[in-house]
Amino acid sequence: MKHLPGVILFTLLLLPRPGIAEDMIMTRSVLAFPEAMLALQESIAAHGYTVSRVQRIDIGLTGMGYKTDKYRIVFAGKIDEIRELTDKAPQLTPYLPPKISIFAEGDQTILVTINPKRYAEIAGDAIAPVFFDRWESDLRSIFYDVNTAR
Amino acid sequence: MHLIIGLLLLVITTVVVGEPRGGELYSAHCSACHGDTGGGGVGVPLSLPSFLDSVDDKFLRMTIRHGRPGRVMPAFSQLSDAQIDAIVRFIRSWSKEPAPEFSDEPIRGDAQHGKQLFASECADCHGEKGEGGRGTGVTFSRKRDLPITPPALNNPGFLAAASDEMIRHTLKTGRLGTPMDSFLADGLSEQDIDDLVSYVRSWEKQLPVTEKRAVTVAETTISVESPYTLKETIENLKDAIVSQNFILIREDTLEHGLVREGEEDPSEVILHFCNFKFLYEALAVDPRVGMFLPCQVTVTEVAGKVTVATINPLYLSRLFNNAELSEYCEKMHEVYALILEDATL
Ligand code: HEC
Ligand code: HEC
Repeated sequence: MKHLPGVILFTLLLLPRPGIAEDMIMTRSVLAFPEAMLALQESIAAHGYTVSRVQRIDIGLTGMGYKTDKYRIVFAGKIDEIRELTDKAPQLTPYLPPKISIFAEGDQTILVTINPKRYAEIAGDAIAPVFFDRWESDLRSIFYDVNTAR
Repeated sequence: MHLIIGLLLLVITTVVVGEPRGGELYSAHCSACHGDTGGGGVGVPLSLPSFLDSVDDKFLRMTIRHGRPGRVMPAFSQLSDAQIDAIVRFIRSWSKEPAPEFSDEPIRGDAQHGKQLFASECADCHGEKGEGGRGTGVTFSRKRDLPITPPALNNPGFLAAASDEMIRHTLKTGRLGTPMDSFLADGLSEQDIDDLVSYVRSWEKQLPVTEKRAVTVAETTISVESPYTLKETIENLKDAIVSQNFILIREDTLEHGLVREGEEDPSEVILHFCNFKFLYEALAVDPRVGMFLPCQVTVTEVAGKVTVATINPLYLSRLFNNAELSEYCEKMHEVYALILEDATL
């Protein structure tokens, strides 16, 4: 009987975890890739974040002989926030700098990123949840800008 | 006064919440995957007349609510019933026909015979155990076997949403404009079709093991302490990366590009690397894998202690709701662990 809580916990861990819509933030832009990329970079800057690098995955793939459409990773962050995270929650460091995937789908463009709420789980008590709430709301606002850009 | 304002607010919110706009909700929650006009993308097409004429509203509502565990389509547990109804009305607006209605009556057939038929008629596309085709939805930018990925039929989300009669109807009429044929036209009898329905339904009682994998992971990162200096550790890592058949893309500080050059913290270094063959295959399974890219190892030095760490692909993998991708994440987990071990031996 003493082991019951342990047994329950174990069973809970084994239960399938359904994909929850809130795990990822995604949006579609009706713009072609170059224009959507421009809209993304503009909105990132307008929200006070710095784009630190754009990794061109497609170039690497085509360079190796694979056929692919445009696919880039945009790294962006605020230095103060990143320093706060690496100081107080070093377990988050491998997930930094934060990134957004942007890829072409036909003549439109898709944006994907991880919901910062999931980073809050990794950070535990080290960082106040409001930090990640603000981050999420900025990301949603950036994605909204790209979604509505014409 | 406060009471009046409160009541007023209540009225306003009920009006707003009471009449959610389907088009806006669809755009916010579905269009990234299913296309702004339902043409498909990461998700399957939703606007084809042959699809809308073969599913009832309950099927649409239940699919949105429960998603398809392990098959990318998320469960929208955060939406209210009214919001889901509004999305369903919006999807219906793509068709002039009224929504079909199907009874919930179970269909009785010979599941054993259905099993044989499934192996010869369906398994090529829907998988041996109904686990669905490889990849997701309709991908425009990469090569694939079929224009639309055959959905998983052994999926608890599908089985909860679909009535027997709806499945029977789909088998009889097929879905014009997709690889899914009419099996009456293809020569099966009504009895054969009922047998197939019984077989598909039998999966509800024996859900596949794959649904239960990759959920036991709690670790969010893979990390080890290095007995070497920061510089030595970095050099070791570069060797380890190459020996795992990955190409080193760059070495940089974590803060590169975020502060002026020279002001970066030199004790946080990242190495980016990639294996393009592996990546190409993973992209075909899930176009969203960019969230794992490029592969990254972070080396930090705090008070003389050097630590090497990566994300745990198995932790991230849960967020994708893609059982097929989980296999790639297991492989990546292995590679990361080997590189870390190699470099700190
Ligand atoms: C992350 C991508 C994604 C999002 C977001 C998404 N879906 Fe899906 N959806 C899919 C995929 C992939 C499938 C096919 C599952 C399979 O292959 O087994 C699917 C299947 C479906 C189906 C069943 C189609 C069929 O042929 O039976 C319906 C209905 C559906 N989605 C509606 C929606 C609605 C409505 C929304 C928004 C509330 C939504 N989806 C959001 C990816 C997504
Ligand atoms: C050539 C490939 C192919 C074959 C063979 C095939 N299907 Fe399909 N099936 C599909 C595709 C693709 C879809 C999705 C159609 C769409 O997007 O609406 C589908 C859809 C379905 C659906 C609806 C699933 C949903 O989520 O709405 C059912 C049920 C189904 N098939 C059952 C069967 C059965 C049973 C057989 C064998 C008798 C079979 N299929 C044979 C490709 C195939």
